[in-house]
Amino acid sequence: MSGLPAFLGITFSWLFIGAVVPFLIPKANTNRGLIQTCVVIAAFCGWMFWLIVFLAQLNPLIGPELNNHTLHIMIQQWGRRDG
Amino acid sequence: MGSLFRSEAMTLCQLFLQSEAAYACVSELGELGLVQFRDLNPDVNIFQRKFVNEVRRCEEMERKLRFVYKEIERASIPMVDTGDIPDAPPPREMIDLESTFEQLENEMKEINSNQEALNKNFLELTELKFILRKTQTFFDEVENNQITADQPNNDDQQALLAEEGKTIQAAKRLSFVTGVIQRESLPGFERLLWRACRGNVFLRTAEIETPLEDPRTGDSIIKCVFIIFFQGEQLRLRIKKICEGFKATLYPCPENAAERREMAIGVMTRIEDLQVVLNQTKEHRNTVLGAAAKNINPWIIKVKKIKGIYHALNMFNLDVTHKCLIAECWCAVDDLDRIHQALKRGSEKSGSTVPSILNRMETKESPPTYNITNKFTNGFQNIVDAYGVADYQEVNPAPFAIVTFPFLFGVMFGDSGHGTLMFLFGLYLVLKEKSIAKIKGGEMVDTVFGGRYIILLMGICAIYTGTIYNDWFSRSLNIFGSQWYFSNVTLSDEFVRTHSDIQLNPKTAFHNQTPYPVGLDPIWQLAVNKLTFTNSFKMKMSVILGIFQMSFGVVLSLLNHLYFKRTVNIYCEFIPEVIFLGCIFGYMIGLIFFKWLAFTCYSEFQPSILLAMIDMFLNFGATIPKDSLLYAGQGVLQPILVALAVVAVPWMLLVKPLYLRREHQKAMAAKGSTVRYDTTSETAPIVKSEEPPEGVEHNEQKEEPEEEEEFDFGEIFVHQAIHTIEYCLGCISNTASYLRLWALSLAHAELSEVLWVMVLKIGFSTNGYAGFVVTWFMFGGWAALTIAILLIMEGLSAFLHALRLHWVEFQNKFYDGQGMPFQPFSFVRIMKAEEE
Repeated sequence: MSGLPAFLGITFSWLFIGAVVPFLIPKANTNRGLIQTCVVIAAFCGWMFWLIVFLAQLNPLIGPELNNHTLHIMIQQWGRRDG
Repeated sequence: MGSLFRSEAMTLCQLFLQSEAAYACVSELGELGLVQFRDLNPDVNIFQRKFVNEVRRCEEMERKLRFVYKEIERASIPMVDTGDIPDAPPPREMIDLESTFEQLENEMKEINSNQEALNKNFLELTELKFILRKTQTFFDEVENNQITADQPNNDDQQALLAEEGKTIQAAKRLSFVTGVIQRESLPGFERLLWRACRGNVFLRTAEIETPLEDPRTGDSIIKCVFIIFFQGEQLRLRIKKICEGFKATLYPCPENAAERREMAIGVMTRIEDLQVVLNQTKEHRNTVLGAAAKNINPWIIKVKKIKGIYHALNMFNLDVTHKCLIAECWCAVDDLDRIHQALKRGSEKSGSTVPSILNRMETKESPPTYNITNKFTNGFQNIVDAYGVADYQEVNPAPFAIVTFPFLFGVMFGDSGHGTLMFLFGLYLVLKEKSIAKIKGGEMVDTVFGGRYIILLMGICAIYTGTIYNDWFSRSLNIFGSQWYFSNVTLSDEFVRTHSDIQLNPKTAFHNQTPYPVGLDPIWQLAVNKLTFTNSFKMKMSVILGIFQMSFGVVLSLLNHLYFKRTVNIYCEFIPEVIFLGCIFGYMIGLIFFKWLAFTCYSEFQPSILLAMIDMFLNFGATIPKDSLLYAGQGVLQPILVALAVVAVPWMLLVKPLYLRREHQKAMAAKGSTVRYDTTSETAPIVKSEEPPEGVEHNEQKEEPEEEEEFDFGEIFVHQAIHTIEYCLGCISNTASYLRLWALSLAHAELSEVLWVMVLKIGFSTNGYAGFVVTWFMFGGWAALTIAILLIMEGLSAFLHALRLHWVEFQNKFYDGQGMPFQPFSFVRIMKAEEE
């Protein structure tokens, strides 16, 4: 399983919000420009914030250190997987 | 771009109002609230203005209304507040209002004085009644004592009483006075009496159980009845003086019982009569006040409006012919039509035949800043205005802050649980805004209520950032399934049992490029080394977000330069600024992203970005050792970037002042010699309205000298040097400043975790039925602390830090904030100001 589908899925969702939604706002609205700006900035902030956390975990250099009781319960609860 | 990005285009207008129509026109403009009048007689004392008389009359009316208002409040009669606001009455109605108020006030005063007299009378009678009743018991005691006096008695006092009683009965040589005194002054009174009369008096007191009413203030006071027995005329005088000093009231009390009884009966009947009269007075007073209560609110509004109109008229100039008032005002270009219409309505109302005229004027003055906000954007505009009102038509940071402000707040406050609570609170305020708006709850409530949409957005952002941090009340949700796996080979049950702390190896427990899809992997929540990981990414995140926001600020400065056609600034400020920021800080975040993508646990070396950045400057041009090489061309690219950044500094510093000097010298050469404008002539202001007004000319003359700016190279250079230093040092310190995003988010996460572990977990880990009870109480404590510390305290601190990041780090890249706010003449504003 690769992280690519997740990356594309979320990136395109934010892209939709940031690049398509602004055009869907009715032209009659007096605050159209303002709403568009807000939506674009919001999409960028949301995407960037998600991306940072996503990329930070992409290639971990260290692994989590766990207490063996915690680990034992985790293995029981979440199950084993061999890759 | 739409509204709010730049303030409205404003224009200076001149108004010619017919004297008879001026009042009605200004009244219409006040209802409209779209023009800001300029004071055309700034040098004229307030007391010398044309309509000072009317303003005084209004103040007098206000005073009367305040008096009546207080009386109504004191009588606790409900005031009718229908909420509809009457128009300003025509000037002739002012006289009617005045006479109404005059009459009302006189009537009230008369009723009050009558009532006071009656109350005083009533108080005296009541006191007398109590004296008769209380002293009766003293006399009774005396008589009884007399009977027992023959028997030997050790009690001194009783003996004395008995003796005195005897004397009263027998020789009547002992005299007495009775009176009433306030309870508080009784001890002092007693002491002084004893000392002054050398112990030759005998005082008995009794408290009046029912509190009496002070006729003047209406307060209830507790008084005591006293009776003083003494001998001799000298003592009487002395006692009387002491009584006067202590404000005790003396009442005559007959000496024999029959007279006393008679008097008591007389007093009772008088009290009853008086009671009837008092009730009637009160009723009359209430009817008068009740009638006033129905109209008091519209009256107050009317008077305020009249006063506002005359204040505005005082700012106008009188025309030569006295037929016409001249006003100057600022207004938005888009509103001109509505203002025209209002003037037309005003003229029609007053029946004036000549229409009012509105002329646009040219001016060199900078107009006031007018941002049209709605209830949603208002809170954000207030945040910006609290720092400084934008210059006229400068880029307004408010529309961008609508998103970035709650977002940065969310980064620091990232917890979905707390975010949900905040969101619900904001939602409650927004949904109930109509009913909450009516509550007058003081400054604190108004502030919170004014920021309800900010709170709502902050809640939404905190929910989102909390989802990414994977924090729900400091616990993580495992929605997508942790991407770390436990293989049978490396993490056999045996292995787990025999080792205490086990660190998972990314090579055997994680597939690269398969991170948890949304947010932080829940496994970190339970990891011992959670902070090592979160600190590392939160620190980088803060820097990345900070540099993006600062770059955005620099781009906005470009919009300002383009709009105001300051081409020099683009080449001499904007471009070097971008180069400086991009070559150092842009490069740094580039490295951060690059390292995330390119380096894995399989990489041979894992060079540090921090060291790379330091070496970039300290070991300029040196070859980079293999173990700290991030990418192939690093040794070549980095010196180029440093060189560019270094070149950008003198570019920013020197080019603009030198260029401006050359331009100036060119212009001088072209002109030959400068023509100095004579500023000394025509500075005399228009003092009196009788003088022929020359408002238009006068203003032109005032403004023109501003055109001719003296070229001062030194000043420009110093200014530019400050700007350069501020920008270059600012880039460094502001980037560091953005680390507060990391610090506050860390503090928030840790606090909420501590609260969970120290409080709620105790409940969960108690066994048996006790656990049920303990959990119950622990939940209460946890919930209370969560709201008090995490939501309110932490929320405030995150809010303040978000505020700072916007005011300082973001806005100093493009925002001047030296403008004047547009303050239109508006009845709504006048009334709001009065309320506060």
